[in-house]
Amino acid sequence: MPSGSDPVNRPRLGKLGMALASFALLATSCAQGTPLDTLSPEGPIARQIDDLWKIVFYLAIAVFVLVEGLLVISLFRFRQRKGDTELPKQTHGNSRLELAWTIAPALLLAVLAVPTVLTIFALAREQPNSLHITVTGSQWWWRYDYPDYEGLVTANELHIPAGRPIRLELKSADIIHSFWAPRLAGKQDVTPGRTNHLNIEADRPGTYEGACVEYCGLSHANMRLKVIAHDSADFERWARAQAADASEPGGGPAARGKRIFEEGQCVSCHAIRGSEASTGITGPDLTHFASRTTFAGGIFTQTEGNLRRWLSDAPAQKPGSKMPAGISEMGLTEDDITALIAYLQSLQ
Amino acid sequence: MATVTEAIESSPYDGPFRRPKSTSGLVGWLTTVDHKKIGILYGATALLFFIAGGVEALLLRIQLARPENDFLTADVYNRMFTMHGITMIFLVVMPLGAAFFNYLIPLMIGARDVAFPRLNAFSYWVFLGGGIFIYSSFFLGGAPNAGWFSYANLSTQGLPDQVGVNFFAIGLQITGIASLVASVNFVTTIINLRAPGMSFFKMPMFVWMSLVTNFLLMFAMPVIAVALFQLLFDSMFGTNFFNPAAGGDPLLWQHMFWLFGHPEVYILILPAMGIVSEVLPTFSRKPLFGYQIVAYSGIAIGLMGWGVWAHHMFAVGLGPVANSAFALSTMFIAVPTGVKIFNWMGTMWGGKIRFTTPMLMSIGFVTMFIIGGLSGVTHSIVPADYQQTDTYYVVAHFHYVLFGGAIFGLFSGIYYWWPKLSGKLLSERLGKTQFVLMFIGFNLTFGPMHILGLQGMQRRYYRYQVGEGFDFWNMVETVGAFIIALSVLVFIINVIVTRRRGKPSGDDPWDARTIEWSIPSPTPHYNFLEIPVVKERDDFWHKKYSEDESGKAVPVVAGGQDVEEKPEEGEVAEEHAEPHMPKPSYWPLVAAAGIPLIGYGLMFQWVLAGIGAAVLFVGIYGWAMEPVE
Amino acid sequence: MSDTTAVVEHGAHHTSTGLDNRKLAMWGFLGSECLLFGALISSYLLYRTRGEGVKPVDVYDIPYTSVSSFVLLMSSLTMVLALSALQRDDERQSRVWLTATALLGMTFVGGQVYEFTTFVMHDGISLTANPASSAFFLLTGFHGTHVTLGIIMLLSLVGMSLAGKVGKQNSLYVELVGLYWHFVDIVWVVIFTVVYLMPTPN
Repeated sequence: MPSGSDPVNRPRLGKLGMALASFALLATSCAQGTPLDTLSPEGPIARQIDDLWKIVFYLAIAVFVLVEGLLVISLFRFRQRKGDTELPKQTHGNSRLELAWTIAPALLLAVLAVPTVLTIFALAREQPNSLHITVTGSQWWWRYDYPDYEGLVTANELHIPAGRPIRLELKSADIIHSFWAPRLAGKQDVTPGRTNHLNIEADRPGTYEGACVEYCGLSHANMRLKVIAHDSADFERWARAQAADASEPGGGPAARGKRIFEEGQCVSCHAIRGSEASTGITGPDLTHFASRTTFAGGIFTQTEGNLRRWLSDAPAQKPGSKMPAGISEMGLTEDDITALIAYLQSLQ
Repeated sequence: MATVTEAIESSPYDGPFRRPKSTSGLVGWLTTVDHKKIGILYGATALLFFIAGGVEALLLRIQLARPENDFLTADVYNRMFTMHGITMIFLVVMPLGAAFFNYLIPLMIGARDVAFPRLNAFSYWVFLGGGIFIYSSFFLGGAPNAGWFSYANLSTQGLPDQVGVNFFAIGLQITGIASLVASVNFVTTIINLRAPGMSFFKMPMFVWMSLVTNFLLMFAMPVIAVALFQLLFDSMFGTNFFNPAAGGDPLLWQHMFWLFGHPEVYILILPAMGIVSEVLPTFSRKPLFGYQIVAYSGIAIGLMGWGVWAHHMFAVGLGPVANSAFALSTMFIAVPTGVKIFNWMGTMWGGKIRFTTPMLMSIGFVTMFIIGGLSGVTHSIVPADYQQTDTYYVVAHFHYVLFGGAIFGLFSGIYYWWPKLSGKLLSERLGKTQFVLMFIGFNLTFGPMHILGLQGMQRRYYRYQVGEGFDFWNMVETVGAFIIALSVLVFIINVIVTRRRGKPSGDDPWDARTIEWSIPSPTPHYNFLEIPVVKERDDFWHKKYSEDESGKAVPVVAGGQDVEEKPEEGEVAEEHAEPHMPKPSYWPLVAAAGIPLIGYGLMFQWVLAGIGAAVLFVGIYGWAMEPVE
Repeated sequence: MSDTTAVVEHGAHHTSTGLDNRKLAMWGFLGSECLLFGALISSYLLYRTRGEGVKPVDVYDIPYTSVSSFVLLMSSLTMVLALSALQRDDERQSRVWLTATALLGMTFVGGQVYEFTTFVMHDGISLTANPASSAFFLLTGFHGTHVTLGIIMLLSLVGMSLAGKVGKQNSLYVELVGLYWHFVDIVWVVIFTVVYLMPTPN
């Protein structure tokens, strides 16, 4: 471009840049605090991504300000003024300039490529001393197996020790899903017929929200997850308790609930370790159901009211749910449901 | 060869069947082989689908205005976002591109029609049939619901029924036929029917971009055709292409779909880039800056577009090596794209910019495309993409490219060439109103999606929860979407008002550069009374202006464009008889009508497929019996 | 770009490259077909060993397919002869060669039908047996359909020729069908090599 520096326009550009930069800052600062925020990493893996993102983001903002600024300046400067009928100089091009703006972005991108490729490989590498957990996605819930803790199976809420790298083995029982807990790591698809791997790690104990992010049908939006990090002693305690069989209900409605559970349709999909009749595998393992804070793909908190609604008519609560409606399809009565709730709540 | 065709031409033989007599009225439209009328049909149809796709978008936005909203059920929401995507891509932006190819390519290269006028009509009718076929799904058992890229094995094994997927697969196959046929036609037209003297590097940039687009179509369509056949076989005949339990691989679909899908992205954007490359020079009153590099960068985009498909699949788990390779190829496709943007800015720099509606739309294109391009580069940073993919950040990116880019560019073209098509200028006042509303509405709708995506809002969720922090920006977006709707309404009003009492435009209202402005407006049905002989790039401009020693343009004759060839025109018209033009024909419509029937037959009742095949055969037979023109 | 300045009067059929529109379009179409078969062949190569049960690779009858491939190759020769006869203005002989081409094509398709039948009835490899067989049938089925369409075009040419409509002056029709026919043959050579002859990795 012919370099006609117009002193009047300099501060204008500066102001525009400031405005845009502050908008960008505002946009990013607003983001703090949302449960799924990608810009609030809480572990080394997510932080590695965030560090790279920051470089790219500010570089992009700089390019944005520069290019859009130039555009606005040229629009303002070269507008046709009233009464001006003279035609402009007919420049057809400028090889040197064109070469420059071909090479400059290419160089910029080449520089960006280095940390990108390094990070790609770093993220894929298995960390030493990783805890292995197998994650299996299904329509629309998550199953977690802990091969290092015999018998430990749980659903939707992934418990991990904080400060220790976790190696997830990702599998699918039906179609493609995608595992994502943005504060801990990026997402990784869960594809039937193959095993993917994802490293996650949390700095500190806490609860980190996550979700399925590959469209997987009717209740895609109802396939959420939580990652719950404990300090290592707590985690061991938790794991030992979870690996154990379910406790036998003492009597009363819970015992009746167990009978209904074992004699009805529940057992064809659900397993409760310690109950010989309950060996289903298509639904979540319920051995320590009451120790979870949520259920049904992590969309409902575990309250009696929610459980009652769920057991009475699951498909109405979660579109497409594979679990039949308790009352109309499984023939349960209100009393049965009360008993079932008592039983489920006894499964600590 | 010439001798043969001329011999046939001069014979009055019309074939064994009666040919349509009328070139006006309904029959005229149904049997037309005139590229201009077909272009108008494409455009009008695409705008109708634009309204349909827009209504679907508004329904989505109403649902998302508040958290845990119950306006749409999960099922309806999923169908709506699927149909919104299919509609906007296959039934709006692609046919709008085709509308411009049809109307403009022959005019810009100095031809009287495309290479195969009847085939051209056939393309349109097949496209229309495909569009109607896809939309009839709403009444025949359910609209597609697996997303516009219908990933296997969700589409083959994860849905309650296969009706929607079958409509998707067959419908896209039908519109694919239309695109493929049209692409062969346009490529032939551009290569073969250029006016004497119009070498490739004297073609208007729009024609260049059309050529690249149609080559992409020609090579991309068969890839998706094969993928759709595999999907259809899995869905209807029980094969296991995508069933992992039986040894298939759902990722094959993703690879094939995006091998088509990424060139498709350029198919959607290149026509708009071509339009902008015409509009910016006209209203900056300067030639396109760096014509050759703009053309070459278009070709580069067309070639590199084949090597980046897996950047849609970074989170799939292809491994660090593949992800790195596709990250690099994706970064470098940004280079030719950036070159275009810089050259457009170079075009405006030093010009005398007139802010007409088409110019504003083109400027809107450039501004928004810069944002879309930059967010595109952030996707090529694979680790960042691990966070961003399948969130609203991606939704923001491709709307900035396809709406802020393609739709703004296409509207720019509509305003720019409307006078050529109708002889009337669309109202500038309403046009600018539309631009301002659209620009504000667009940025309100899609700008906050960047933020929401980074905040973790997932794509394709029919509801978000209270307490996720997504409420505010979603409400803003919904408001923005309605402002866009308002802007489209202003456009419709503009069209109606202009039809009633628009200002006559004259032949060359913008003091434009390319040869389509040298002929009367509205364009006569034979386009050029005499095929022009082209001497320069921007030939028409050089007939009007020359450059003085300092490089400034000066009118050739005092008064420049005011002294048009008008006085001569009458004489010329008397001297020459009207050129011989291809006659209208029923057969393209008949043949095309058979194809959706075959589609319905596959889905519902095999007898219908037989009838469809018979209709198709009759159409082709009648067509073949008509003498070549 | 041969004669750019000539023929303005008659406009309509002058072309910038000197190549007839229809021929150029046919080349474009065949270019597009390359990607169709490219996608089909790649799918097959990815899938040839996938799934349970007997797969086409296990039961190929190479000598048999070699013969039918040879038949199809010969049909390209007769196609060339048909065109050259027409260009010599020998319509009768051209018709003979066109018919011969069609018959050779039919022999090939017949052979394919027999092969498919044996696969299904004898070896139990149906369309849905496994992804390998699905990919095989999709690929060869598509090719067979192309040959069949070619036969229909050839027979139409013979019919038109009998009605005296295919003479030396419009040998272009024969040339276009010939282009298509040779393309379909070449694709078969690729399929035969890649699908039938190339050893399968275990």
